[in-house]
Amino acid sequence: MSIDKETARKVAHLARIAVAEEDLEPLAGELSAILGFMDELNEVDIDGVEPMTSVTPMALYRRPDEVTDGDIQDKVLANAPDTREGFFAVPKVVE
Amino acid sequence: MSELNKLTISDARDGLRKGDFTARDLTDACLAAAAGSEKLNAFSAHTPDRAVEMADAADARLKAGDAPDMCGIPLGIKDLFSTEGVQTQAASRILDGFRPPYESTVTSQLWRDGAVMLGKLNMDEFAMGSSNETSTYGPAVNPWKRKGDDAALTPGGSSGGSAAAVAGDLCLAATGTDTGGSIRQPAAFTGIVGVKPTYGRCSRWGIVAFASSLDQAGPMTKTVRDSAIMLKSMVGHDAKDSTSANLPVPDFEAALTGDIRGKTIGIPKEYRMDGMPQEIEDLWSRGAEMLKDAGAKLVDVSLPHTKYALPAYYVIAPAEASSNLARYDGVKYGHRAKLAPGDGITEMYEKTRAEGFGDEVKRRVMIGAYVLSSGFYDAYYLRAQKVRTLIRQDFEKVFADGVDSILTPATPSAAFGIGEMADADPIKMYLNDVFTVTVNLAGLPGVSVPAGLDADGLPLGLQLIGRPWEEGDMLNTAYALETAIGFSSKPEKWW
Amino acid sequence: MTELAYTEPKPKTIAGAKSDWELVIGMEVHAQVSSNSKLFSGASTAFGAEPNTNVSLVDAAMPGMLPVINDFCVEQAVRTGLGIKAGINLYSRFDRKNYFYPDLPQGYQISQLYHPIVGEGEVLVDMEPGIARKVRIERIHLEQDAGKSVHDMDPEMSFVDLNRTGVALMEIVSRPDIRGPEEAAEYVRKLRQILRYLGTCDGNMQEGSLRADVNVSVCAPGAYEKYRETGDFGHLGTRCEIKNMNSMRFIQQAIDFEARRQIAILEDGGSVDQETRLYDPNKGETRSMRSKEEAHDYRYFPCPDLLPLQLEQAWVDAIRDGLPELPDEKKARLVTDYGITEYDASVLCARRAHADFYEEVASGRDGKQAANWVINELFGRLNKQGLEIEETPVSAAQLGTIIDLIGKGDISGKIAKDLFEIVWSEGGDPAEIVEARGMKQVTDTGAIDAAVAQVIADNPDKAEQAREKPSMAGWFVGQVMKATGGKANPKAVNEAVRRKLGL
Repeated sequence: MSIDKETARKVAHLARIAVAEEDLEPLAGELSAILGFMDELNEVDIDGVEPMTSVTPMALYRRPDEVTDGDIQDKVLANAPDTREGFFAVPKVVE
Repeated sequence: MSELNKLTISDARDGLRKGDFTARDLTDACLAAAAGSEKLNAFSAHTPDRAVEMADAADARLKAGDAPDMCGIPLGIKDLFSTEGVQTQAASRILDGFRPPYESTVTSQLWRDGAVMLGKLNMDEFAMGSSNETSTYGPAVNPWKRKGDDAALTPGGSSGGSAAAVAGDLCLAATGTDTGGSIRQPAAFTGIVGVKPTYGRCSRWGIVAFASSLDQAGPMTKTVRDSAIMLKSMVGHDAKDSTSANLPVPDFEAALTGDIRGKTIGIPKEYRMDGMPQEIEDLWSRGAEMLKDAGAKLVDVSLPHTKYALPAYYVIAPAEASSNLARYDGVKYGHRAKLAPGDGITEMYEKTRAEGFGDEVKRRVMIGAYVLSSGFYDAYYLRAQKVRTLIRQDFEKVFADGVDSILTPATPSAAFGIGEMADADPIKMYLNDVFTVTVNLAGLPGVSVPAGLDADGLPLGLQLIGRPWEEGDMLNTAYALETAIGFSSKPEKWW
Repeated sequence: MTELAYTEPKPKTIAGAKSDWELVIGMEVHAQVSSNSKLFSGASTAFGAEPNTNVSLVDAAMPGMLPVINDFCVEQAVRTGLGIKAGINLYSRFDRKNYFYPDLPQGYQISQLYHPIVGEGEVLVDMEPGIARKVRIERIHLEQDAGKSVHDMDPEMSFVDLNRTGVALMEIVSRPDIRGPEEAAEYVRKLRQILRYLGTCDGNMQEGSLRADVNVSVCAPGAYEKYRETGDFGHLGTRCEIKNMNSMRFIQQAIDFEARRQIAILEDGGSVDQETRLYDPNKGETRSMRSKEEAHDYRYFPCPDLLPLQLEQAWVDAIRDGLPELPDEKKARLVTDYGITEYDASVLCARRAHADFYEEVASGRDGKQAANWVINELFGRLNKQGLEIEETPVSAAQLGTIIDLIGKGDISGKIAKDLFEIVWSEGGDPAEIVEARGMKQVTDTGAIDAAVAQVIADNPDKAEQAREKPSMAGWFVGQVMKATGGKANPKAVNEAVRRKLGL
């Protein structure tokens, strides 16, 4: 599978990473090379093989429904670049 | 008291109890070594005040009597571990200035047992790399140099700062994390011991996530015994991590009898790769012979899907990473880009992440987004997870046939020069993980043991892979190997 | 189990400029699980807290934080599934749905795409007695709610509150079986009723505990039937999804507007774009949501921080055994056991507490009479005062006593209403009140005869007129009732008046 410039642009946007126009072509090349390396996987016969979904075969622990956390607004906001009146502040979102 | 920083954990433990020195003495020696190690660039943050405070508390516990083994042992902590109130950035600009209001489970257990934090250690950004060159702090430098060559070498990665700090005696031991080989490869590059436990042994809570189904914390130490001691403090069930195993914590050190008579060691033929340096081939054979001499039985085994481990890993790890790293968006913590007039939320995301992430991280996040995207999920992600099942089944078959541990080289080469791979394509760098990555995919324990020096005088390591949850048995074999090899070389101090 | 017979309602038809159109509607209802803490964190779910106070480090997506599932939420999803007669999947799994939005701090929502906890079920939507629509449910899955972005506090900034982030939602996904705006509203109402019976969601739409995404399309008459026969969605029109509706009225308005919008486009020779739209109740119209259109690639994959959720059949069976009687069964049983109309049974079953109250009143009494009293007097009065059944000043035992007093002939229906008023405002044992206040009906013929004789004697002209015009007798009855303070048995008075006047 090879990636063209437009796909590179799309992937960059999907990942929300700004890539300068002139860098898209080289990026496409790099991504293509990596994907080419992954294409080796096509050699493997995976018929009837279940995908691995949990590394450790254990039962999922389920916690009791108790309020054990929260009321730490100061800690939640302490590292934020911009806060106002207890909220995180971000550039205007248009719906 | 001189050179206390060069002690092993076990020697320090005994010395502290005999009253030969105090935890404060030990800590002071390490702090001095760390302070004079700028050229190694191993530390990303020093916490001397905290270290002294913790050392004094450790001395009080030691005096009182029943102090745990790790009490008073000065450690370096990989920057991937959240440490309360102390800069934690995963070596990324995007976490600029982040001070977590919480402590990771693994480190809090080490502090519970009285260990002392010297500071945070350099690493590849978000643990993505094999040479520490992707760090926002700049590369950590290997204390080892090639004979007669002044070129700075990489300590490996991603736990490169940890490896350099332990090998350079800046601390007695360090924490590392291993997603595809990030403990074992740098351990091999610096002549130390590094353990990646069974997936689920160490809680991942509070460790900045790279690839959740692969990440495991582990010790990086000067000896196998030290790893056994430190590992015991790091592991254990944590209800805050749903993937943490609810199993009793064994006494790993007690397993170190050195007696491996009757054990079966598998030698996988698929690890004999084309173009493998003769030195590594010889090292591997020598290691196998030593285990045989110690009474183990050698058997040739086959792990037929080995060659697909690396491509499967480079689908799965970036896929998980692309999702795990979505939270770095400039809203809640860390870096936010300066915006131009009229910029909206999308521009904030795109500029923040473009500025905050380094090239390798960006590459992997984008690859990860691509392999999960609509129309490609089955072809890449799902296929890779199926291949992963096959890789695990390979190991299960070998273990079911009675193999106790598998012996392989740890890395395909010795440490390389910083910048040497700059022009190579990313895949060449990825090949560093070729012997280690299968272990992460299968969720198994692995350990890298220093096994000798190459012609340039650089350390090389051998890897032992154990059965799930059998770290004790695996470490005992590693201990037997370590004893037989008698590796005692140290880098000459130049920094 | 008894089931009431029903027929299906006709689909809503809208006459376009050129032809008739039918509506096809599917819904995704997000019901907040009535848990104390969040789906994957220990922070509170309480409504109305200060911003970012009901937030844990997990909810804020701090680096290295991990989800741990709330057992109660799992149980409620299973209860809800059983309540809509759905299959429970003993193996389910959580997936990450990846997208960027400021109120989604992780950058992904943990949801269940590939293996939901609940499979196919059904909801019977009652339109009127004997008419109902069976809506097929495709699945229910558990997922995290997002936070809240506030856009109107600052001209240049949006503000983000994560209190809701991570609250457990059950997403209940229907098939496109709903055929009109009223049916859509009734569907939500019925679902809410079931959820409340089960106690799995409080159903409070104002606080956002119950919200619906509505998928609307239009098609030519007959096309829907072809879809049902073949399962081929190609027979249906292109749908638009109206997001986040939290009022029955707006749901109806939005569907109506959206259907007409689509019809106008189609009749104009255009085609409907599949898109997400938002309803503006002030303008009464839907508009395209550009922000959601941008990148629809959610890159779902299994959440590696969680293991598969595996349930024991015995655990599910125990939940099934503990389920309350649900509205449909209860309604059918009330009709059968108490002989009341389906309409009355529907009213009584609106809430479990209503039906329980009714049954307490009706037990050992005449079911229809009990229904009249409960629905007309009690519910009417509660409604007027804006009270819930739990706050009623007249208990089921008190109301039962009042009905008993009527039955014994101690009081008339009219006095009973006065008595109800007294009990409502003052409380007390109705039988004692009747006794103490001399409200008992007079049936003693001697006393009645005397009273009748007195009225006739006092009004000789009226008596004369009445003998010629028997309909005047009513006036005498009224006078006697007045004279006896309403306590005389009206039937006995009537007889005495007629006898004494010689009619």
